[in-house]
Amino acid sequence: MENTVASIEQRIEDNIKESAREIKKLSRKTFHMGGVHPDANKFAHSAPVETFPLPDEAVVYMTQHLGSPATPIVQKGDKVKVGQLIGKAESFVCANIHAPISGTVVKIDQVADITGYKKPAVVIKREGDEWDESIDTSLDIIHDIKLKTKEEIIERMKDRGIVGLGGACFPTHIKYMLKPEQKCEYLIVNAAECEPYISTDNRVILERCEQCMIGIEIALIASGAPKAIIGIEENKPRAIAKLMETVKRYPNIEVQPLNIKYPQGAEKQLIKAITGRSVPNGALPISVGCIVNNITTMYTIYLAVQKNKPIVQTYTTVSGRSLRPDQCKNYRLRIGTPILSVLQSVGIPEDTGKIISGGPMMGKAIANLGAYTAKGMSSLLFMNEEESARGEVHPCLHCGKCVSVCPMGLEPYMLQTFTELKRWDDTEKYGIMNCIECGSCAFICPSNRPILDMIRVGKAKTGGIIRARNAK
Amino acid sequence: MATTTILYAALTVGLTGLIAAVILYFVSKFFHVEEDPRIDLVQACLPNANCGGCGFAGCRAMAEAIVKNNDLNVAYCPGSDTNKIAEIMHLNAVLHEPQVSTVRCNGTCEHAPMKSFYDSALTCAFANTLFAGEKACPYGCLGCGDCVAACQFDAIHLNPETHLPEVIEELCVGCKACANACPRKVLEIRDKGKNHRRVYVACNNKEKGAVAKKNCSSACIGCGKCAKVCPFEAITVENNLAYIDYHKCKACRKCVDECPSGAILTVGFPPKKEAPKTEPQPEAVAEPAQA
Repeated sequence: MENTVASIEQRIEDNIKESAREIKKLSRKTFHMGGVHPDANKFAHSAPVETFPLPDEAVVYMTQHLGSPATPIVQKGDKVKVGQLIGKAESFVCANIHAPISGTVVKIDQVADITGYKKPAVVIKREGDEWDESIDTSLDIIHDIKLKTKEEIIERMKDRGIVGLGGACFPTHIKYMLKPEQKCEYLIVNAAECEPYISTDNRVILERCEQCMIGIEIALIASGAPKAIIGIEENKPRAIAKLMETVKRYPNIEVQPLNIKYPQGAEKQLIKAITGRSVPNGALPISVGCIVNNITTMYTIYLAVQKNKPIVQTYTTVSGRSLRPDQCKNYRLRIGTPILSVLQSVGIPEDTGKIISGGPMMGKAIANLGAYTAKGMSSLLFMNEEESARGEVHPCLHCGKCVSVCPMGLEPYMLQTFTELKRWDDTEKYGIMNCIECGSCAFICPSNRPILDMIRVGKAKTGGIIRARNAK
Repeated sequence: MATTTILYAALTVGLTGLIAAVILYFVSKFFHVEEDPRIDLVQACLPNANCGGCGFAGCRAMAEAIVKNNDLNVAYCPGSDTNKIAEIMHLNAVLHEPQVSTVRCNGTCEHAPMKSFYDSALTCAFANTLFAGEKACPYGCLGCGDCVAACQFDAIHLNPETHLPEVIEELCVGCKACANACPRKVLEIRDKGKNHRRVYVACNNKEKGAVAKKNCSSACIGCGKCAKVCPFEAITVENNLAYIDYHKCKACRKCVDECPSGAILTVGFPPKKEAPKTEPQPEAVAEPAQA
């Protein structure tokens, strides 16, 4: 097996230009409504993944996913091993949390996260690096799928705390829990990585391709879908070439190159691009027979099922325009590592204006640098002062650019105005709840208006009104 | 020729106007809506700022509600002329203590240095969802001025030096519009107090003392010293935060001297008498010692 992998690697290296030409010839798809083209800036594309040194003390937040926080099940003074369950999911939308390092639980406290708000967390002091006995830590690739039934696999995903690593951190097992009348026709694997700078998916494909494929095979069993399609943007020719070579041995998996366009990695846009189907407003992808998962999530599914390994580490790109190309890195780091230590390992550029967690389009500026890494923190970006400065806000020109780039077909300038005027019935009528918060409108606005910010305010308020009404 | 044209035009327009006036007269008679004249009179006594603080859509709606229910208690507007409304309605005026908006945060740049810089949409509602604030206090004032925008009486302004809102007591009517706009409930509507003197805890932080103190030197640490010293049992400490009940407080100011972090502020007391005693106390003691 090792031989084949090595030979594929060799072939790709030999024929990289040729495969790039071949990819150009392939039919590429994309979604048609809206979208923008930010500079890709994929500086860390060819930087191999490095393992970041283990932190001496890890702070593990109990809310690393969408939904309610997990309940800590360890006490102060307990000894934990890597991969041991420390936070239990007790409600439906929640995910288990496991110890990222071995050692002693120092305290269970409220610790400020990147927003500065305090969140419940378990603090572990490291002693060595001892893994839980049930976890297989070897790097051998296991091809035979260990769990045969759908229920077993979903239960394992839940148990191992698998969440979507595309950014939203939605607990993965919920996606696969289908109602009897629902049927999954396509499993869509999201490798679009449309956000600028981030290159972890690219690196995972290049370095762990075989494992991803096995992960997809497992997800196919869990979803009951006959076919999986990997959607990948064409600016990753090496990854496409690698995928093309690898899928030859997996008849149920297909690779679909996509044109470069933001936000192609958004669930609904990706489904539209690949299958041509439109997910109705307010509905989930399964309503059109699709389940979408990120490629790195597939890798973690492989680890969970074949090696019983929970999510204890994340892949994080550290990048920025002010860094030298050799400073841009892809790290494999344990959850709970201090963000500051990661930033300092590459050196913080002097002209840093903002540090962003996640992509520059949808990510959040870090307000508290004393915070710790969590699941799904796919990148840490240095934005220089010039890049991060917001321009002077001018009145709306009614140029309609935001309308033309909105991938959901909304009228962002109207939504912003209605929010400013507190006309909540109109925001609802104009479909504010369908906004996916991709930020294309704010990106394109020639008047530098904070359109997305205001839409988020309006969305929160309108959502509250709708929920209150439904509760009646 | 020209004169006849003008004459015809004037006659036509005049005649049309006359016919329209007659029609309008009868229509208005026919479709006349009987409305209580007191509604207009009551509305005239209201500030007509349509702030919504009373819970009704606007001043007109409140006036209608008062007249319809024939009751002054349905809504209270602190900016209204209550006695005059009572006179119009032939009811007894309800006595309300005059109230004023109070900023329960003392996180000036001096007390709580800026830890990050915010340059997004200048609205507290949004900043509150994004992060803990420039001063890293998750309970304190965000300084984006949602209260300033909500005030219809121009009574609240941001101080550019402290980044905190300041209330102009003479203009504030205590309508609650600012308190409703504040996403962190930093603003509280309190009684103006006797001789406009009042004592309040200028902190909203419910964190433990050491945590709160990290971000703001003026934070209430919930030590309870003020509650112990208060002779009127007006102070309660809950969730690491002291609160002075303005109904019970007699403005004796014992708690002010007791507070170790200076979180209890006073308003309306003569400055000359008390200020040199409390603030530059160490100096005052030091000087005689030197002499």
